[in-house]
Amino acid sequence: MIYADNAATTKTSQTARDTMLRYIDEIYGNPSSLHSPGQQADAALWEARGTVARCLNATPKDIYFTSGGSESVNQAILSATALGEKRGKKHLISTRFEHHAVLHTLDKLAGQGFEVTLLEVYHDGIVRLEDLEKAIRPDTALVSVMFANNEIGTVQPVAEIGRICRERGVLFHTDAVQAAGHLPIDAMAQNIDLLSLSAHKFHGPKGAGVLYARKGIVLTSLIEGGAQERGKRAGTQNVPAIMGMAAALEEACRNMDENNKKVKAMRDRLVARLSAIPHSVVNGDLNNRLAGNVNMCFEGIEGESLLLMLDHEGIAASSGSACTSGSLDPSHVLLAIGLPHEVAHGSLRLSLSEYNTPDEMEQIIQAVPRVVAYLRDMSPVWDELQKGEREYALQ
Amino acid sequence: MLYSDKVMDHFTHPRNVGKMEDADGIGEVGNAKCGDIMRMYIKVKDDIITDVKFNTFGCGSAIATSSMATEMIKGKPIAEALALTNKAVVEALDGLPGNKIHCSVLAEEAVKAAVKDYYDRHGIEYDSCVFGDCEHCPQCDGA
Repeated sequence: MIYADNAATTKTSQTARDTMLRYIDEIYGNPSSLHSPGQQADAALWEARGTVARCLNATPKDIYFTSGGSESVNQAILSATALGEKRGKKHLISTRFEHHAVLHTLDKLAGQGFEVTLLEVYHDGIVRLEDLEKAIRPDTALVSVMFANNEIGTVQPVAEIGRICRERGVLFHTDAVQAAGHLPIDAMAQNIDLLSLSAHKFHGPKGAGVLYARKGIVLTSLIEGGAQERGKRAGTQNVPAIMGMAAALEEACRNMDENNKKVKAMRDRLVARLSAIPHSVVNGDLNNRLAGNVNMCFEGIEGESLLLMLDHEGIAASSGSACTSGSLDPSHVLLAIGLPHEVAHGSLRLSLSEYNTPDEMEQIIQAVPRVVAYLRDMSPVWDELQKGEREYALQ
Repeated sequence: MLYSDKVMDHFTHPRNVGKMEDADGIGEVGNAKCGDIMRMYIKVKDDIITDVKFNTFGCGSAIATSSMATEMIKGKPIAEALALTNKAVVEALDGLPGNKIHCSVLAEEAVKAAVKDYYDRHGIEYDSCVFGDCEHCPQCDGA
């Protein structure tokens, strides 16, 4: 099986696995216990906090361990809005193509009297700073913009957004789930107040994440019942997963340049060859983009059947079609960058990691055009497009 | 697993897929905006559906339900094809996930639309209530 769905999750690295086993087999104390095994585990967590902080250029005390990206995002947004509400600030700014962890949390807040402005992301999938400047109001409590998009991989101007937010006195949260371990992050220099990340996107284990909250930002607990994580997240920490996460993040950051160079070369080859398929489009800006992300639409076919057919051919990929989302609408990300529904249904995301090989790319390059042609041959939409009874949306 | 083995079999090896140049009736249902369109072609002789083909734009279950529906009506009298329910198609496929049931509805509607087109083309009178409204898929009306 060729695994090309690394934006969904990654294979756990040997380093993370070995680290985790040590904290399962040997150092199994409860970090809250006062005896030596407990204190050993607590010391390990502080070591992990230090490692994560170094990777983000943050202070270890500002690193909170959570169950993953969604929890971190929820806590970041609910904390910032609680702080804002105390000062009468009930306006929130985000973007149209955030992950649902952000958008659904904002929906909930909108139902509680907050006003939400979602910034356009345009055809290239990049937020415009002038739009942000205009959207900020005296009562804006929070700006939440993702570091890099999970579907199309476009990287946002985080440092500039951070600068604007700092100047205007607005808290800035970034969902860095896709970026951590893949792009340089500097919480200080980029003026990031709150940041969420998830371990399993950089070869760490599932079920562990980080919420970074700059000193002075008081977090609201989502889980009550204990003094863990400085009283902001009750529950005994998942020490093995946290240690595996720290080890994986350290490794990813150390090898970032080398990995990105390798992955980008494979990605560029896929893009070059797959764009030769007629009536297709690569979605999102190609320069400001995660090294491993390919996202394309093929007119006249539907994404779920494309992805199942590729799975049948031994390639694991993803699609933003309605059928894979469990709703009737195709990906909100693809609609946000202006694709018509019927085109957005035919999307394919291939997301690579350094574990992929150039030989696997050649197999993908063989398989995708064959499967697209097979499904088009079966498609009444393609038939109508070819006969001129329907107009092509993609040239 | 999202789909049953039977669904995957019909998806990966669809029966009766293709176009039919000399069809006696063609039915098309669904729309591209919603992500699925089925087109069904039938050949009729002495009130028997002697051949059937389909073209489908849609997800795995849309392709599988089309394929199964064609198998269930091929060689059958028209009356039997008109009696085909989406429930029967779902059962024949050993079930579909809840959010895919509308694909089986489309398959039932495609069969009916093809028969209606056959009746219309050949000036055969029929009770229009049998066919209901096939102009759009109800699932998408709210979308």
